[in-house]
This record gives sequence, structure tokens and C-alpha cells, in this order.
Amino acid sequence: MTASLTLVVLMAVLFGAGISIMLERSLTRVLIGFLLVGNAVNILIYLMSGTPGLAPILNEGVDPGEISDPLPQAFVLTAIVINLGITAFMLALIYRSWWLAQLGAKGDLIDDEEEEAQDAEEAAVLIRSSADDDRAIQEIIDASDEEPDEDLESEASARDAGERDRDDEQVRR
Amino acid sequence: MTAALVPLVVLLPLLGAASALILGRHRRAQMVVSTAVLASVVVIAAVLLVAVDAGEPTVVAVGGWEAPFGIVLVVDRLSAIMLLISAIVLLVVLIYAVGQGVADRHRETPVSIFHPSYLILSAGVFDAFIAGDLFNLYVGFEILLSASYVLLTLGGTGERIRAGVTYIIVSLVSSLFFLSAIALIYGATGTVNMAQLSVRIAELPSNVQLILHLLLLIAFGIKAAIFPLSFWLPDSYPTAPAPVTAVFAGLLTKVGVYAIIRTETLIFAEDDLTVLLMVVGGLTMLIGILGALTQADIKRLLSFTLVSHIGYMIFGIAVGSELGYAATIYYVVHHITVQTTLFLTTGLIERFGGATSINRLAGLLKASPFLAILFFIPALNLGGIPPFSGFLGKVGLFLAGADDAGAPDAAGMAWLVWAVIAAGAITSLITLYALTRFWNMAFWRGRGELEGYESVLLGSVQEAPEGATVTATRTTPVMMVAATTALVIVTVLLTIFAGPIFEFADRAAANLIDPAVYVSLVFPGGIR
Repeated sequence: MTASLTLVVLMAVLFGAGISIMLERSLTRVLIGFLLVGNAVNILIYLMSGTPGLAPILNEGVDPGEISDPLPQAFVLTAIVINLGITAFMLALIYRSWWLAQLGAKGDLIDDEEEEAQDAEEAAVLIRSSADDDRAIQEIIDASDEEPDEDLESEASARDAGERDRDDEQVRR
Repeated sequence: MTAALVPLVVLLPLLGAASALILGRHRRAQMVVSTAVLASVVVIAAVLLVAVDAGEPTVVAVGGWEAPFGIVLVVDRLSAIMLLISAIVLLVVLIYAVGQGVADRHRETPVSIFHPSYLILSAGVFDAFIAGDLFNLYVGFEILLSASYVLLTLGGTGERIRAGVTYIIVSLVSSLFFLSAIALIYGATGTVNMAQLSVRIAELPSNVQLILHLLLLIAFGIKAAIFPLSFWLPDSYPTAPAPVTAVFAGLLTKVGVYAIIRTETLIFAEDDLTVLLMVVGGLTMLIGILGALTQADIKRLLSFTLVSHIGYMIFGIAVGSELGYAATIYYVVHHITVQTTLFLTTGLIERFGGATSINRLAGLLKASPFLAILFFIPALNLGGIPPFSGFLGKVGLFLAGADDAGAPDAAGMAWLVWAVIAAGAITSLITLYALTRFWNMAFWRGRGELEGYESVLLGSVQEAPEGATVTATRTTPVMMVAATTALVIVTVLLTIFAGPIFEFADRAAANLIDPAVYVSLVFPGGIR
């Protein structure tokens, strides 16, 4: 069995790059790192199928030494499907996490002191909040969902939305 | 004939999940489907257990492709008992969850996706237990993990998302380890069939064996939450809804333990890592339980005891004698039920008392004597008080260890075995201390004493990082209480019928220590 050096080098680079990106704090980068390492593992599995470039089909009269092992290719296909599903779930999770962070309540990286100061501020605002405000805020949130750019409007909406979230929590308590 | 039942334990939950998804808008129909599916799996598992014990062949080559080319599903004694106990626990927890859902009217959790995810989780757990090749085991793990991601982040609140992220990333890393291990094992041996692997791995050079062995152990060790790979567990489990935490704590780590048992007895039966497993098992016990000591929150406390008690099973695997494996199997069965029961009871305490912190609960004994019984029995059981099953399992493990240490060929190892046995005894006592402390405060302390209460017992406890307040609902639905009671009865039955169960575990262990038995199950005509 001979392995392709290109694939080995590619696998090593993907592993290295993927692991170093996975060590970042941002969730999106962790996901990218996971994708890179996942592909590196797939190449590792593929490397086990023997001499590259041969067809994995065993017809009658074909010497078994003249074909690639089809089993690792089946493994890779399964692994790719699983990775796809998990990537979709991770993206949904990251979006949700970003959304919560925009709301200001419980983001991924929030300073504790700042949060406490915000709490006091928001408690004061809460008393004045009314049903009309809520509806207006809801509209702004809906608009900001569609264009998540960091412009003034979405910043304002984020602040307002934070208030709304507090409001909800207070009601629940 | 019974062999035809084997694929059903995976197929039924998967079909059930599909129908539950279609029935998303009809809650009642969903409940009926999932309860019926899990109830029938319990029956099938019981039938399989009897058939396997009678010596009937229960191996299925999926699609008619014979091993080693096809996928084989194998049920031996170990698989059968794991299937049965996990099916029972899954069914009971489902009833508990249904009871909770009915009472709460789904305020926070979109329960239309709860039932399908729960059934897929069951399918994954069952698939892992009957997988006859490593890649199918990987697929089983992935099925159960994907479902567990959804269940852990149900509702998508900030707290759950944060806990879920830790859990998901750690699980992904462990899956990547597992997949790499499979690739390298396939490269080295040209097969993933576990029976064939047990023959071919033994022919590899010992250093290659060691690398493959360690790679696989790291992957399974993360899943089983063995120290030092256990850091993720106490942080991610407690935030989920009570029934989800209960089933995760009871089952998911045990799937990892099951995979380790298979690795040690079948795949790498020749390669010996006794010392490593012994040390790691002892450390898991001690460090886990020391973590539990400082927790004020009962859910976090139980998560730490969960980690520490995994150490007992690793110790039993490390001993590696027939008695060692028998005691491990009995202990796994005991621990699945008891740990799940305690988390279910905690769910009831949370509803009834309105908190899970030792600093805020009081007077529960007077308020609800029955709840007190439901907590007291499994708590003593987990702490290893005679005559409960926890005591019997630990005695079995310690006896196996003592036999091993006393054997003439184990002269250099003896002190290590004795040290781990001592660690196990200490762990058991500290578990008892941590649980009775909670009992004293939450149940015995009067409600009026709560204000300004001071005690040396509470000197070192710390609240959960995000001590979320829960509102006491004061309604404890009949179904939730009934489900918890049923599981408490199961733990008591494990004690009463300890004799027959231990004998069964002994027969299972006898099969395990001789890999040839498993190989002849899969290849009745001998291996080519």
C-alpha cells in the first residue's frame, strides 16, 4: 500500500490549523476549527483505503489488488453526514447565543460589574414600561433580526431588547 | 427466532420518533406513541435477556451480509442486561416527564420536540449496546449525542445554551478522537468488526497496540467522565430539565463505561493497562467526591457524586478478574437506577421546596413525609449502607480487589490495589456525609430555623455560579411521584434479588474474560 504524500501533508495542516482555531473563545471559530479537524479525520480515514486513484469497484475478473478499499469511503460518507447535521445544530446554537448576547442578559462574554450596573438601571426603567412600549420594541427586534449589522439602529434595539428581557424575567419571578 | 427481535430495539424507537414528530400537534398521541414504544422495548429486552441466558444465538447480520463484511448486531449477556435496565429507566423517566409536562402546560419547553429527541436518544443508547463493530458503536454514540444536544438546550435559555456549549464541544472532541482511533485501527488491522479485531489486534506490535488502546480509552474516558476528563460534567448536566438530567446522569456515562468494558475485555484483551486504570479509577473517586463536598446545590452535588462513582466501575474493570467484572456489571446496574432516582427526587424537591440549595431548603420532612422516604432510600443506597445494593456492589468490588492483591503474582501491585480500595471506602463515607448533610438541612431542619441559621456543616459550601431561583409550584403531580416511587422500588428490588442478579452478572463476566466466547458468537464457523 502506498499513501499519497499530498494527502498526508494536507491532513497534518488541517489538524494543526483546526486545533489552534478551536482553542479560541469565539464560538464561530470553534465551529470552524471543528470543521477543519473533522475534515482532517475524514482524510485520515480515506488514507487507510490504500493506493489512491483506483476505483473502489470489484467486478468479475478484476484483481483485488487493483482496486481501492471501498469501506473507508463508506465511513467517510457517514462521517460527513454526521458532521453536516452537527454543523447545522451548532450554527443554530451560535445564532441563539448571539441573539441572547444582543439582548444583553446572558451573553457569552459579559462583564459581571457592567451587568450589575445595568440591572439597577433597567430596574428603574422597568417601572415605567408599558404594553405599548413592548409592542414597539418587538417591531424593532423583528427588524434587527433581519439585518444584524452593527449600525445605530440595531444598537438601540439591542438596548431596548435588553429591557424587554429583564421585563419578562421579572414577570416570571 | 429471538434473534429477529434484536434490530427491533433500535428500529422501534426510531420509527416512534418519526411518528412522534409527525404527531407534533397532538400531545396526547405523542405520549401514547413514545410510552408504547419504550414499554415494548422493555418487553423485548426482557425476552432477549432470558433467551441469551438460555444460550440461544442472538446475533443478526444486518441486510443478510455476513460478518466480517456486513454490520452485525450482537446481544450477549452484558448487552442484554444493559438493554433491560436502560429500557426500564428510560420508560420510567418518560412517564415522569409526561407528568411534569401535563402539570406545567409547557410554559418554557417546546415539548413537541421533546418526545422525538428522547426516542432518538433511546435508539442511540440501545444501538451502542448491541453494536458488533466499532463503526456502528460510533454511529450509536453520535445518535445519542445529537439527541442529547437538543435535550440539553431545550427552550434555549441563556443558562442552558451556555451549559450546552461546553457539553457539545467536549463531546465533539471526544467523537473526533473516537473517529481517528477507528481510522487508525482500520489501517492497522483492516477490519472494524469487534470479534475479528480481538484476534487481529493481538498480532500487532505491542507499541502500536498501546497507542490505539490509549486513543480509544481517551475517547471513551471523556464520555464516561473519568478524571481528568470529567471536568465538563458537573457544569453541563444540572441546568437541564429534571427528567433530562436524570436520564443523562443515569445512562450516558454508563454507555461510556460499557464501551470501556468492551475495549478492555474484547478488543484489547491482551494489552494490559491495569496500573493506569487503577490509578485513574482511584483519583476519579476521590476528586469527584471532594468536589461534591463543597456544593450547596443538590443537583451539582449529585453530578459530582456521579463522577466519583464512575471510579468504582473503572476500579472493577482494572481488577479484571471474573469477580471484578461481575461486581462491575452489578454496580453499573445499581448505579444507573439509583443515580436516576436521586435526580428524579431532586426534581420533586425543586417543585415542592422551590429551591435546590441546601441554604434555602428546610422543613421538608414535615411538609411531605413521602418525599422524604423517596429521597432517604436512594441516598442511603448510594452511600453504601447495608443492606442496599450500593453496599453489595461495593463489597463485591472490594472482594475482587482483595483477591487480586492477595494473588501471589501481584506482589508489586498489591499496595496500589489496597490504596484504591481504601480510597473507595473513604469515598463511600464522604458520599454518605454529603447526602446526610443535605438530609439534615432540607428535611430535618424546621422551616422557622431557616432565618440566620448557622452550622459548621454549612461552613464550606458554595452556591452554584448562577443560583437561579425556582418558584415553588407546590403541585406534585401523581404521575411524577408514581414514576419516582416505581424507580425507588426497582432499587429495592435490586437489593432483594441481588443473589440471582449477581449470579447472572457472574455468568456475563465469565463470557467477558474469555473473548473467544464473543468471537464464536459472531463467527460460529470459526474465524477466517
